[in-house]
Amino acid sequence: MSERSGDAEALGGGRSPGPVLAVEGLTMHYSTRAGVVRAVDGVSFSVGKGQALGLVGESGCGKSSLALTLLKLLPENAQILSGRILLDGMDIVPLPEERMREYRWSRIAMVFQAAMNSLNPVYRVGEQIIEALEVHVESAREESLRRVRELYDLVNLDPSLIMRYPHEYSGGMKQRAVIAMALACEPDVVIADEPTTALDVIVQDHILREMKNVRAELGMSMIYVSHDMAVIAEVSDMVGVMYAGRLVELGSTVDVFRDPIHPYTRALTSAFPSVTGEKHELTVLPGEPPNMIDPPSGCRFHPRCPYATDPCRSETPPIVRRGGHWAACWNPTGEGA
Amino acid sequence: MQTDGSRPLLRVDGLSKRFPVSPVWYRRSNSFVHAVDGVSFEVARGESFGLVGESGCGKTTTGKLLVRLMDPTCGRIVFDDGDEGPVDVSTLKGKPLKRFRRKAQMIFQDPYESMNPRRTVFDTIVEPLKVQRMGSHLDRLDRVLRMLGLVGLTPARTFLFRYPHELSGGQRQRVAIARAMVIEPSFVVADEPISMLDVSVRAGVMRLMEDLAARLEIGYLYITHDLAAARHTCSRIAVMYLGKIVEIGETETVLQSPKHPYTQALLSAVPVPDPTVTRPPVRIRGGVSPSLDPPARCRFYDRCPIADDFCRDNEHPPLQDKSSGQMASCYRV
Amino acid sequence: MDVQRAPRSVDHSLWRTRLGLAADRLRENWAAFVRARVGVIGLAVIIFYALLAAAHPVLMSTVWDESIYDPVVGYSFDETRQPAPPSLRHPLGTDPLGRDILSQLMFSARSEFMLGLLAAVVTVCIGTMVGAAAAYFGGIVDTILMRLADIMIMMPGISVLIVLSALIGVEHLELGLIIGVLSGFGGTGVVLKSQALSVVVKPYIQAARVAGGGPLHIILVHVVPNLLPLSFLYMMFTVTSAIFSEAVLSFLGLLDIRMSWGLMIHTTESAGYLTQVTEAWWLIFPASLSITLLCSSFYLVGRSLDEVVNPRLRRA
Repeated sequence: MSERSGDAEALGGGRSPGPVLAVEGLTMHYSTRAGVVRAVDGVSFSVGKGQALGLVGESGCGKSSLALTLLKLLPENAQILSGRILLDGMDIVPLPEERMREYRWSRIAMVFQAAMNSLNPVYRVGEQIIEALEVHVESAREESLRRVRELYDLVNLDPSLIMRYPHEYSGGMKQRAVIAMALACEPDVVIADEPTTALDVIVQDHILREMKNVRAELGMSMIYVSHDMAVIAEVSDMVGVMYAGRLVELGSTVDVFRDPIHPYTRALTSAFPSVTGEKHELTVLPGEPPNMIDPPSGCRFHPRCPYATDPCRSETPPIVRRGGHWAACWNPTGEGA
Repeated sequence: MQTDGSRPLLRVDGLSKRFPVSPVWYRRSNSFVHAVDGVSFEVARGESFGLVGESGCGKTTTGKLLVRLMDPTCGRIVFDDGDEGPVDVSTLKGKPLKRFRRKAQMIFQDPYESMNPRRTVFDTIVEPLKVQRMGSHLDRLDRVLRMLGLVGLTPARTFLFRYPHELSGGQRQRVAIARAMVIEPSFVVADEPISMLDVSVRAGVMRLMEDLAARLEIGYLYITHDLAAARHTCSRIAVMYLGKIVEIGETETVLQSPKHPYTQALLSAVPVPDPTVTRPPVRIRGGVSPSLDPPARCRFYDRCPIADDFCRDNEHPPLQDKSSGQMASCYRV
Repeated sequence: MDVQRAPRSVDHSLWRTRLGLAADRLRENWAAFVRARVGVIGLAVIIFYALLAAAHPVLMSTVWDESIYDPVVGYSFDETRQPAPPSLRHPLGTDPLGRDILSQLMFSARSEFMLGLLAAVVTVCIGTMVGAAAAYFGGIVDTILMRLADIMIMMPGISVLIVLSALIGVEHLELGLIIGVLSGFGGTGVVLKSQALSVVVKPYIQAARVAGGGPLHIILVHVVPNLLPLSFLYMMFTVTSAIFSEAVLSFLGLLDIRMSWGLMIHTTESAGYLTQVTEAWWLIFPASLSITLLCSSFYLVGRSLDEVVNPRLRRA
C-alpha cells in the first residue's frame, strides 16, 4: 500500500518531507498510590501518509497508554513528562484542552478497545455518529444523515440500521459502527486499539479487510495496537514492538518478521503457534512481564532474556540498525549477529 | 480412535442441551435455544481432544455438561477410567456424582475470576481435597506443596499464603491448574485456558498442561476458538457450529484438508503471522446467531457458499466418513 | 500490579500464618478506613456514647444517690422549681418530673446500643442468608424469598410498628427483632441478593461445584464471605434506622419501655415544654442531639466502610 522507500524514510525519525504523525522521545507516567507507573518511556516513531503502523506488546506494556497519549485523552493522574507529538509538523503536547478538542476526531481519531461499550445504549447509533460529526462540522441535519449513510456504506453496514439502538447490533456491527464514527470527520490518523480482539475470526477477517480497504480509499494513516502478532503482520506496513513502556524494535513489517533483531521480538514471533506451515516447538519465555512501578534496570527485558549479559543488566541498550529496521539491544539475534 | 483397543475414557452419545427462552421456572416455554444438539464423540485415556468453534457454538456448554455443571436435556456420557465399571454421567446424583467429581475437573478461561479473591492459594488448591475428605490436614498440605512445585510456582512455600491479587495472570492460571490436578483426575475440561493470558506466558502454560497430562495420564477436552492453539495441543479435534459437530478427525488432517465448508472458512480466516503471505478472502458472511428453534435443515445453510436446494429441503446432514476417519456433516462434499 | 509485601512462608505453624494474614488485612482496611476521615469522627462519637453508657452503673453505685439520680423514679428535692436548669448538682438540669437529665441520657444510651446492635445483627444474619440462598438456588426459592421481600418493603415501617405496639406491648427486644426481620427479609436481603448474583456466576463457584462442594459449602465458604463487607455496611445503616424508629415510637408514647431518648422528648412534650426552647433548652437538646449524633455517626462509619470494601471508591 505504501512504497518501501517511504518506510525507510520514516524510519529515520521524522526527517522525511512530512510524516503525518511523528512522536519524539515521548514519556508519560501515571502517579498512583503505589508509586509512579512508567507507562510510556522515551518512545519515538513516525507514520507517513497512508501508512499503517502496528504496535505490538503484552498487556501492561504501555501500548494502550501510548495510544491514549497520542490523543491526549489521559486521566488526571497521568502526565506527559517530555517529548513531542508532531501532527503535520505541529507539536500538540503543549496545546490546551480547548484547542486539542479541535484536533481530536477531526485530525486524529480512535477506535477504542472496548468498542462494544463505547456506544451509549440509550441513543440511536446514527444519532451518536451525527453528534460526533456536528462537533466539528457545521451542517444541516440532512447533510449529516447523508454523510452517515456514506460512512455506513464505507464500512459495509446496512443503512437501515442507522436509526437503531446499539443492542440491536451484533458485536461485529457495533465494531463497524465505531469505526464509521472514527472516520466521520475524515481524520489524517486513526488509532485502532485492539479493534477485533473480542470478535470471532471470521468477523475479524471481514473487519480487518474493510479497514484496510478504507485506508487505501481515503489515503489516511493508521496505528493498530494489538497483542496479536498475526493480526499486525497482516494489516500493517511497519511494526513497533513494545516492552515495559519502551519501543524495543521498529521497522518494516516484512523485515521485522523475517529477521527479528531483538530477542523479545524473536520470542513473540515463535511463541505463536500457527495453523499453516510446519508445526514448530514453541519458545517458552521464563517469567512474567515486569512491574512498571519498578522496572528492571538496563535493558528491561534482561531478566527474561536467554542472551542477557552484564551490560544488559546495568546499561540502556544501544540502537542496532539492520536493513529496514532497528532494535535496542546489546546482544542482537539473527542474521547479522 | 481408541488407544490400544481398550474402551475410551469418555464416550459422548447424542448429547443435547436446550435452554427454555422464558427464564421463569413456573412458566412453560415453547421456544428453546438448542445450545448443544445431538453431539457424539469419544475421548481416549491420556488423549487431548479439541472442541473448536466460534463464540456461541455450544463448545463451552458441552464442556460444562461433561463435568455436570449443567444437566443434559438428553444423551449419554459414559465415563470409564478403568477403576470402576463404566458409569453414565448424564444422570448421576448424590454420592455417585460426588465420586465422579474426583475423576473429572475443569480449568476455566478467566484467571482473574477463577480464584475467590478472599481465599489464599492454599485454600484454593486444597478445596477439592477438603470437600472430598481426602487425607489428613498434613497430607493435604503436602499434596498442595507438591502440586505448586509441579505447576512451576516455586519456592512453593512462599506462594501458599498469597492472595489472588498478589499474583499475575499466568500465576493465577497455574494455581487454577493446580486446583484441577490436585485430586489426580483422569479427565479435565480446559475451557480456553490460555486465551486471556499474556502472549509471552501462553507457551509456558501450554507446555505445563502437556507435561501434567503426560505425567498424570489425563484426558483433556480442550475447548478453544483458536485453531492454532488446538493444532498445537490436540491429537484430534471436532469443529462445532450452532450446537452441532460439523467436522471431526485427526487434527492435522482436518487442518490440512478441511472437508466441511465451515471448517474451510474458519481456517481461511485465521491471520497468518507472516507478512509475505496473502490469505484469500473468506467466502462466508456475517456472524453466528443463536439457534432459537432452528429449522430441521442444515444449520450452516444460511451462510454456506455451496448450499443447494437439496440442503434446504433435507434434514441436517449426518456425520459421514469423508476420508479415512475424517467425518464431516455435509451433503455436498 | 501493586507492590507486593514480603511473602509469608509457613516456617512456623499454619494458624499463626493465618492469624498474621488476618492482621495484615485488618491493618490495610484500618488504613483505608482512617483515610476516609469521616468514619473516624463517627467512631469517636460512638465510643463517647459507649463510655457514657458504661459509666452510668458505676456512677449510680458510687457518687449518685439512687433516690435522687434514678433515671425513672428519682426526684431532686434540692430544686425549688422543676424543671431546673443545669447546675453543679445536675449538669444537664432536671426534667419536669424532677429527674436528672444526664442520668437519663446515660441510662438510655445503653439500651439504644443494645437495640441498634440487636436489630443490626438480626438484619445481617437474615439478609445474608436470604440473599445468598435466593441468588444461589434461583427458581422457586428465589421467587418465594423475593415476593416476601416485596411485602416487607411495601409495608410502611413506622405505621406497622405503631399498629404492632398497639396490639402487643413492644419493648426494646421486640422492637429490635421486628426491625431486624423487616429489614433483613426486605431491603437488605434484596441488596445482598443482587451482590450475591454477581458472586454466584464467578468461575470459582463453578470450580467449587466441580470439586464436589455442595450448596451449603459453596454458600458458606464462597458466597457469604464475599457478601460480608456489604452486609456490614448495611448493619451500620440498620443501627441508624433502629435508633431513629425507637425515638419516633417513644415520642408518640407507644413503646412499653422505662426510659429512652425518645421518651425524654415525649416527657418534655407532654409537660408542654417542647415549644419553649429558650426557656427550657436543656429538656430538648441533650436527647435530640444524642439521637442525631449517634444516628449520623453510625451512618458515617457505614460510609467509610463503604470505601474500605469498595476499592473503586478509594482515591488513587
